[in-house]
Amino acid sequence: MDFSVLRNLISRYCAGEEYWVDSRTVYIGHKEPPPAAEAYIPQRYPDNRIVSSKYTLWNFIPKNLFEQFRRIANFYFLLIFLVQLIIDTPTSPVTSGLPLFFVITVTAIKQGYEDWLRHKADCSINECPVDMVQQGTVVRTQSSKLRVGDVVMVREDETFPCDLLLLSSSHDDGTCYVTTTSLDGESSHKTYYAVPDTMDFKTEQKVDSLHATIECEQPQPDLYKFVGRINIYKEREDPIARSLGAENLLLRGATLKNTEHIYAVAIYTGMDTKMALNYQSKSQKRSAVEKSMNAFLIVYLCILISKAVINTVLKYAWQWSVDRDEPWYNHRTEIDRERHVVIRAFTDFLAFMVLFNYIIPVSMYVTVEMQKFLGSYFIAWDKDMYDEELGVGAQVNTSDLNEELGQVEYVFTDKTGTLTENNMEFIECCVDGHVYIPHAICNGQILSAASSIDMIDSSPGGYRREHEDLFFRALCLCHTVQVKEEETVDSIKRGIHLGKPTSFYISSSPDEVALVEGMKRLGYTYLRLKDSHMEILNKDDEIERFELLHVLNFDSVRRRMSVIVKSSSGEYLLFCKGADTSIFPRVVSGKVEQVRARVEQNAVEGLRTLCVAYRSLSPVEYEETCHQLDDAKLALQDREQRLAQAYDLIERDFTLLGATAVEDRLQEKAADTIESLQKAGMKVWVLTGDKMETAAATCYASKLFRRSTQILELTKKRTEEQSLHDVLFDLSRTVLRQRTLSGLSVECQDYGLIIDGATLSAVLKPSPESSGSGNYREIFLEISRNCSAVLCCRMAPLQKAQIVKLIKASKEHPITLAIGDGANDVSMILEAHVGIGIMGKEGRQAARNSDYAIPKFKHLKKMLLVHGHLYYVRIAELVQYFFYKNVCFIFPQFLYQFFCGFSQQPLYDTAYLTLYNISFTSLPILLYSLIEKHISIETLKRDPTLYRDVAKNSLLRWPVFLYWTCLGLFNACIFFFGAYFLFDNTTFTSNGQLMTTNTQMMFGNWTFGTLVFTVLVFTVTLKLALDTHHWTWINHFVIWGSLLFYVIFSLLWGGIIWPFLNYQRMYYVFMQMLSSGPAWLGIILLITISLLPDVVKKVLCRTLWPTATERAQSNRPCLTVELSTIFVLTQSDNRLSF
Amino acid sequence: MMASSYNAKEDGHVTVPGGGTIQNKKPDNTAFKQQRLPAWQPILTAGTVLPAFFVIGLIFIPIGIGLYVTSNNIKEFEIDYTGTDMSSPCFNCSQSFSWNSTRPCTCALPFSLEQPFESNVFMYYGLSNFYQNHRRYVKSRDDSQLNGDTTSLMNPSKECEPYARNEKMPIAPCGAIANSMFNDTLDLYYIDPNGTRIQIPLMKKGIAWWTDKHVKFRNPGGNPNLTSAFQGTTKPINWRKPVYELDTDAENNGFINEDFIVWMRTAALPTFRKLYRIIQKKNNMTPTLPRGNYTLEVTYNYPVRSFEGRKRVILSTISWMGGKNPFLGIAYITVGSVCFFLGVVLLIIHHKYGSRNNTADIPN
Repeated sequence: MDFSVLRNLISRYCAGEEYWVDSRTVYIGHKEPPPAAEAYIPQRYPDNRIVSSKYTLWNFIPKNLFEQFRRIANFYFLLIFLVQLIIDTPTSPVTSGLPLFFVITVTAIKQGYEDWLRHKADCSINECPVDMVQQGTVVRTQSSKLRVGDVVMVREDETFPCDLLLLSSSHDDGTCYVTTTSLDGESSHKTYYAVPDTMDFKTEQKVDSLHATIECEQPQPDLYKFVGRINIYKEREDPIARSLGAENLLLRGATLKNTEHIYAVAIYTGMDTKMALNYQSKSQKRSAVEKSMNAFLIVYLCILISKAVINTVLKYAWQWSVDRDEPWYNHRTEIDRERHVVIRAFTDFLAFMVLFNYIIPVSMYVTVEMQKFLGSYFIAWDKDMYDEELGVGAQVNTSDLNEELGQVEYVFTDKTGTLTENNMEFIECCVDGHVYIPHAICNGQILSAASSIDMIDSSPGGYRREHEDLFFRALCLCHTVQVKEEETVDSIKRGIHLGKPTSFYISSSPDEVALVEGMKRLGYTYLRLKDSHMEILNKDDEIERFELLHVLNFDSVRRRMSVIVKSSSGEYLLFCKGADTSIFPRVVSGKVEQVRARVEQNAVEGLRTLCVAYRSLSPVEYEETCHQLDDAKLALQDREQRLAQAYDLIERDFTLLGATAVEDRLQEKAADTIESLQKAGMKVWVLTGDKMETAAATCYASKLFRRSTQILELTKKRTEEQSLHDVLFDLSRTVLRQRTLSGLSVECQDYGLIIDGATLSAVLKPSPESSGSGNYREIFLEISRNCSAVLCCRMAPLQKAQIVKLIKASKEHPITLAIGDGANDVSMILEAHVGIGIMGKEGRQAARNSDYAIPKFKHLKKMLLVHGHLYYVRIAELVQYFFYKNVCFIFPQFLYQFFCGFSQQPLYDTAYLTLYNISFTSLPILLYSLIEKHISIETLKRDPTLYRDVAKNSLLRWPVFLYWTCLGLFNACIFFFGAYFLFDNTTFTSNGQLMTTNTQMMFGNWTFGTLVFTVLVFTVTLKLALDTHHWTWINHFVIWGSLLFYVIFSLLWGGIIWPFLNYQRMYYVFMQMLSSGPAWLGIILLITISLLPDVVKKVLCRTLWPTATERAQSNRPCLTVELSTIFVLTQSDNRLSF
Repeated sequence: MMASSYNAKEDGHVTVPGGGTIQNKKPDNTAFKQQRLPAWQPILTAGTVLPAFFVIGLIFIPIGIGLYVTSNNIKEFEIDYTGTDMSSPCFNCSQSFSWNSTRPCTCALPFSLEQPFESNVFMYYGLSNFYQNHRRYVKSRDDSQLNGDTTSLMNPSKECEPYARNEKMPIAPCGAIANSMFNDTLDLYYIDPNGTRIQIPLMKKGIAWWTDKHVKFRNPGGNPNLTSAFQGTTKPINWRKPVYELDTDAENNGFINEDFIVWMRTAALPTFRKLYRIIQKKNNMTPTLPRGNYTLEVTYNYPVRSFEGRKRVILSTISWMGGKNPFLGIAYITVGSVCFFLGVVLLIIHHKYGSRNNTADIPN
């Protein structure tokens, strides 16, 4: 799937083109403002159409051909074909034209079909119905017709068609609930607010009468940021201006929940929506192998060109005398003679190019593509990666990257839903060191509330009793959970489970839901918020009512939240819950030590812990508090800051009540998987939108951070205390000191880094002084490189992608893998070298945009360690072998030019030239690259360190490539000169006994070529046989079969006078050769010599410098199959005898 | 992809445990699909390769010795008659060459054989520096014309240019190869110890591939009268006689003349030899060519001086493995010894390091 058009559009609109101003003014309902107010500037915006297709009917053929020939290989073959058509070349144009035509056509059909699917998908999106308010009535129209300024009505469970500004909702307070599951992966309901001044426009007619303009910023991808202002014009009044924030903006892709309907105005449409901006274009990903392949190709292209140049130059040097150029027996034609010498030289150059062009065969591309396409089936077929519960197995969306799975150095993983099940569960609470565990848990379903408390230490004392009551009340009151009365299908099901028609809780934080539900199991049920009174059903089935006075909302800096309530007895209470680090310093009494110990223990177990504290306020204190809060809330400037100050003043002098522990259960085997990945030399980074504490807890639970890991924090909290600059230098000093020290000490400290989104953007922000920003980036990279694990929390989707990009661009250019399950992971999945989607709860979007999709995180282990490793080894051999066999193939032809007057005489017959790569040597390597298993799957799984053996593209590095090429050159020389000495100056003859006439018959140049070719085919095939470690019956069949095919083909090709050919040069050549004893002896000899050095090299390397893989190979238990017994016997025999 | 993302949300909400819309059936548990086919898994270690090396050594060395001895037993005699040297009897002929001369130039080269040639003797002519493998030359022939096709006879292929037509008349056989056919005549005389010259009978049939003579090359149109069959064509420019006058024997005339067929099989390298005649052994009592003096009489027609070529005559006996070729024997002996040597080296390495590796493996 391709996003390039989308990207173009986006860049065209966003690349700061001049007609774009910094803000846009939206006229609600396209009504002009009163003339007095301001000038009406009509602006043009894109319509709400989504375009992801690439071609139209008209431009398909030219554009597709252009795209295809932009691939350097296709272009090269086109050139060769054209040259063959134009000039007189040694080989016929059909030999290269036919394969090229085939490849191009098949690709075009495939791409055309894919684009047709995209067109269909686009159409269904763009035609989906939308309710628009026009002249006071609701009109149904198509989504694509929507324009900026249109007022839209959205009903419950409908998806917003574009980015909308909420005007009014069916709720009286102007709120609505929304889930943004498909946008950022958060499945909880979020509350959005309408501006109070538009809240009352609740019907079509009223909305239509609204006269207002909205000024807002130009579209930007940050989902959580929006700045704007609404001007409402009323008759004979000054316009009212209200500021707008992200809480007013409904994003395309989100779904309306729990709200009957809303009215909203379109702000950003089509490609301007935040969702579209957050979709990065899916550029063609290319694997490291492909890159090395292209580098090798360039080398070979250079070799090819230099060969052609050398030969051309030598040809003209050699032909200097006329008697060499045109001896009496071999004149040129008149036309040829009249040509200018420069043209002749150029034609000769091209002819040499054509003669040697087989060194870069079309078939390599076809074979690589086939290998990837067919090979990817093994991933889909793998039953180990099949999930019974979901009923799905692994999916392959792009087969181009199979081998990249074996090269991963960095793994970026999402947390919620990827590492964890995304299923919060209340585990325990602890009041003054006494632990309470609700035991009635059954598959995550809560049993009847009647099931009571399990007290570990049940010695009721008055003091404790009091704290216990306060603790449970605190948890029942201190939250922002809403109660949803059940109407929808979902909840009815749930109600039945509970045994009574009931309500369920919704909140922006799943932890709060888990806590409140946990309380319910412990006997304290939060009923509802009614008229500012919170109602609680306590253990004794009595309803208690508390008046909710103030909510001091949670924020990530304070990391706590508080409520101030007034109990029925008139007491003012402040309940606070928050992270241990933010509560403990503010506690003045309570059993701090016991609670702290418990909290730490829980944190280590990976539970998400919260501490609960309270403070009772006297009426005077309350008044003061109220005053402080109201002051801060009404402040026009620095409101945030003043609120924070006020909170800081209020939340102090706590009495500690206890702590809670909630578990986001880790996915099955997540820790084991992460451990294996780290052992395999991969660095695992967790990128999450979640808050730091939670994320850190998960990291501990999944063994990403160990107890010994020293955590380095690079968070907003810290940068507020110190400047970013100092923090960065501090950290890098710590890390670097460790590194210098670790040179001495055996036990080296391992570090874990935690960074949050805000700090990250500060680090990455290009600061005015350009040198500085680059510096921060470098320092950050330096720090993170030295950390064994990194946790990035509070990440926006695009920030995740930024991190991936940053690592990708760092100086080692490591191969990255991103894995996630939600829509918020899509951009990172698209950015990383390999993107893996988890088919999880949060939709299938990640799976759809990924390169590979797996049902569970644990499957990543097999995917990388087994499939990735095997694919890499296979394709590396495929690439090297292809170059090798073509060197062997073409180099003798090059040498032959020295003996035929540089006349471009091909050494081999045309049929051999064409079929060498297509059929004689293609199948064995294709099969090898599909089913080779140099080491067993079990061993690969058991020993993750084997992965390091293939890391950093080790099988395709230049020395290896050089070795293969030299081996090819050596073999080519053996073939050619071996045959040369057999022919040279001697009677290389058939002994004739087999023939009817008892004669000595001479062999010509075609026999010479056939001899070389026979040795060549046998050698390269046997070389592959030597490299094969896994001989199934298919291998035997294909390897011996292809050799047999060669012999049969040659017999047939030489056995008949082919009527359609205008030459019969191969007639009986092969048979004559086979009937000669010396030819057989020669063939056997040359094959032996050619294979000898490689065997010796392999044996020596294995014995003297064995790699881990080779050790594992020789260690494996020899109980495979009967076939191997003989082998094993000989082996053990030798051991015994020596 | 953007567009499909909208559908994705639907899946997100319908949390059907069955897997939503994608019905992905459980993969088959077959050995092939799970990559668990039974397999033989050889590893090339010193231990396994050692015996192979020794075996190769033991097989190759005897073969090599056999080949070498056989090759050495073959008797071969070579004489250069190019005539570049002033002292050479053919000097005059080589200097005064012209295509148009009507009177053939002859020269006689005396030589003596130190040892008798016992079995059948093969007589070759050899040319040096003659590029029969030049691309322009190799393709300059018309196989269908040579196969007796009458249309090709009158319309020779374009490939034959510039030897396709001579003054509008099609050339038969066309092309550079045919045009430059070797046309020296070589005769061999034995000088009896008492001084009489005895001409040695030379067999000119049976020197070409049987399939070439009987299938690939055919005279045009089943007409036994070759003169009329080649009506309307002209002889190649450099030829003295038309193709239908190459021999008097009808079985060896026209395109199926064996000298012609042998020439038409282009040599692989610029220095080559081609079979000219066979001297058949008369009986078991006398050697084919006894020890003594001989004279080679050459009708010198073929110019090689312009391209610095050489012309030779070779007399050779053969063996089961063909002609004299020490290369193969030497190569076999060398490879065999190298294998043996490597075997010994590997044995030492295996002994020294093999055990070390095994101990190193144990903690693994």
